Amino acid sequence: MAEVNLSGITKSFGAVNVIKGVDLDIRSGEFVVFVGPSGCGKSTLLRLIAGLEDITSGTMKIDGEVVNDVAPSRRGIAMVFQSYALYPHMTVYNNMAFGMKLARASKEEIDKRVRSAAEILQLVPYLERLPKALSGGQRQPVAIGRAIVRNPKVFLFDEPLSNLDAALRVATRIEIAKLHEDMSATTMIYVTHDQVEAMTLADRIVVLNAGLIEQVGSPMELYHRPANLFVARFIGSPAMNILPVTIEGVNGEAHVRAEGGEAVRVTTRIPAGSKGRPATLGVRPEDLTLATGHGILNGKVMLVEKLGEVSMLYIDVPGAKEPVVAKFAGEASIERGADIGLTTATGNLHVFDENGVSFPRA
Amino acid sequence: MIAGRSKSGNAFVHLAVLVLVVVWTAPTAGLLISSLRAKDLLSVSGWWTALTATEQSQVGRAALPETQVEKNGRYFIRGNVFEGETTGTVNAFGVKIGDPSAFKAGETADLPGGGTIKVNADGSYEIASETQFEGARGQRIFYIAKLPPKFTLANYKEVLSTAGIGQSFVNSLTVTIPATIIPVLIAAYAAYALAWMKFPGRALILSLVVGLLVVPLQMSLIPLLRLYNDVGLFLGVPAKTYLGIWLAHTGFGLPLAIYLLRNYMAGLPREVMESARVDGASDFDIFVKIVLPLSLPALASFAIFQFLWVWNDLLVALVFLGAQNDQLVLTGRLVNLLGSRGGNWEILTASAFITIIVPLVVFLSLQRFLVRGLLAGSVKG
Repeated sequence: MAEVNLSGITKSFGAVNVIKGVDLDIRSGEFVVFVGPSGCGKSTLLRLIAGLEDITSGTMKIDGEVVNDVAPSRRGIAMVFQSYALYPHMTVYNNMAFGMKLARASKEEIDKRVRSAAEILQLVPYLERLPKALSGGQRQPVAIGRAIVRNPKVFLFDEPLSNLDAALRVATRIEIAKLHEDMSATTMIYVTHDQVEAMTLADRIVVLNAGLIEQVGSPMELYHRPANLFVARFIGSPAMNILPVTIEGVNGEAHVRAEGGEAVRVTTRIPAGSKGRPATLGVRPEDLTLATGHGILNGKVMLVEKLGEVSMLYIDVPGAKEPVVAKFAGEASIERGADIGLTTATGNLHVFDENGVSFPRA
Repeated sequence: MIAGRSKSGNAFVHLAVLVLVVVWTAPTAGLLISSLRAKDLLSVSGWWTALTATEQSQVGRAALPETQVEKNGRYFIRGNVFEGETTGTVNAFGVKIGDPSAFKAGETADLPGGGTIKVNADGSYEIASETQFEGARGQRIFYIAKLPPKFTLANYKEVLSTAGIGQSFVNSLTVTIPATIIPVLIAAYAAYALAWMKFPGRALILSLVVGLLVVPLQMSLIPLLRLYNDVGLFLGVPAKTYLGIWLAHTGFGLPLAIYLLRNYMAGLPREVMESARVDGASDFDIFVKIVLPLSLPALASFAIFQFLWVWNDLLVALVFLGAQNDQLVLTGRLVNLLGSRGGNWEILTASAFITIIVPLVVFLSLQRFLVRGLLAGSVKG
């Protein structure tokens, strides 16, 4: 039941500016995921919200109250750490009860809350164990349970799944999604570098780069309408293909032409004066299809990877810095060394100006 | 496990460990055994012979003449040279001090004063004479006997009471226990602050502590004593007291204690502290409920070091406590005994063993804390 509002937040460690002015409004009950490459400041931003680091400048509000100088324990937050950070000398029960004991809650109240959290997370058989007697997959729920017991207004997750193996990661991801549904009133903020977690869990994703927000939006918004080249390349796997193009006005409609390719009409609104200027064309590997004859992009197949469900083609296209990747369903019958043309629907093309900012879509 | 370790390599490791264990424990065992042996045995044979019977030249006295019995006009005195205390075997005996092995056991020898004596292998003797025995003392019997091993606590009884080791033992404990606990307590607080609390001048204090590590004790001894005496004079506290030596040992121990504990605490996982902070713990809560329990191995290892160093210290004790009999610590008493009773090995071995028994107990009881492993399970690792 709490909004989190960040305005003009900056954070410097000495001379190094890690967060360079972040404005963000997180709605009550929302599941927000911070993603970005490592070193982009996403964990620092979460620690600022938690109160584990002091804000250099700006205002942070939780539930309408300015919390810049409020201690972490009084912010109504609970945090799940990447390394779980369980108290190694306490049993699972005492780990979960620690915060309430410090708050001098009554024994019955503590017991009730710990047991109900343990039931939600199926931790009841392990309550009397020490953390070292648990596997990694059992420790993570304890860390989450410890957070639930605090009954927080805002739930903070700092890469909670990155220490788990692949299978457990999927299972725990689903658990967290379920938890969000059960605790729909609780705002959750989740930091990850894994875009699958971001896409599957988030109501809204915040893409961070070098201490600044690149784009905020729902997963599908980011996928279909990236605001700039960084977001376009960051969301989606394999990453979006980009290649330099020149803007051409043909018959009053905007066209772009790649080196050695056909001019292609794009549906983005390109300002009239841009004719003849360089731009960047982006197209996702999964949107590309084989053209009959000459396509938008033409080149020689360098490598074919057959994964069963899909085939990946790496195509050397003149003008592109990296090979263009195309993802075809099933087994492609294209051999290495073949010259092919690729095309796609007009709506799948993304055009970015010289600064990497996306042209608005129609 | 190190990959590729062969069976023979393993055997070598085991052998090396065995050799080390023997080399390290043999002297202690020797000291213990020596201190439990009778004085006369200790001076003639080594401790490794303690469990074998030894051949010794002994002097005994036969029973008093008044115990004689008359039979058929002959007078007999009967008894046993071992007097029931020990059991041994007499190999030979004699009647003159110059030749204690003149006769084999079971033979009959003439006594210089008349009469005959016969000593059997089991120690029983019979003195016979035609005339009545007179005098107030029994006949001296010299004999060579094979005596079984004999252990005694008499040495300990003696050193604990008459040699003053008992009093010194108490003095040493009085010095050592507070001189261990006080610095550990102070250092734990300081180490937490230096490791996990942010305050201006932290780096400076830390470098000061590191600098103090290399100050030689001897250099600061006399200035400290004068300072303490002057302050004591001002406050009306006598000069050489236990309080003085506690403070001195605390001061000398603190730099190392703070340095060791800070390094250990700084290595504790940051996220655990942060998690506690989110849970609502103050710095004091974190220190008492998280850091102290997790630092037990470091606290214990420093406590062991400090305990042993204070227990074995002579210099600081002599300077700050003096050499009065009622305040003399064990090390000082040992030095005195070496001077006054240097030849009495049974005194020295028993005293030495009493001196090392406390360090041994301390080490054995705390050594499990030296084994790290408490941290397992806190973070993925």
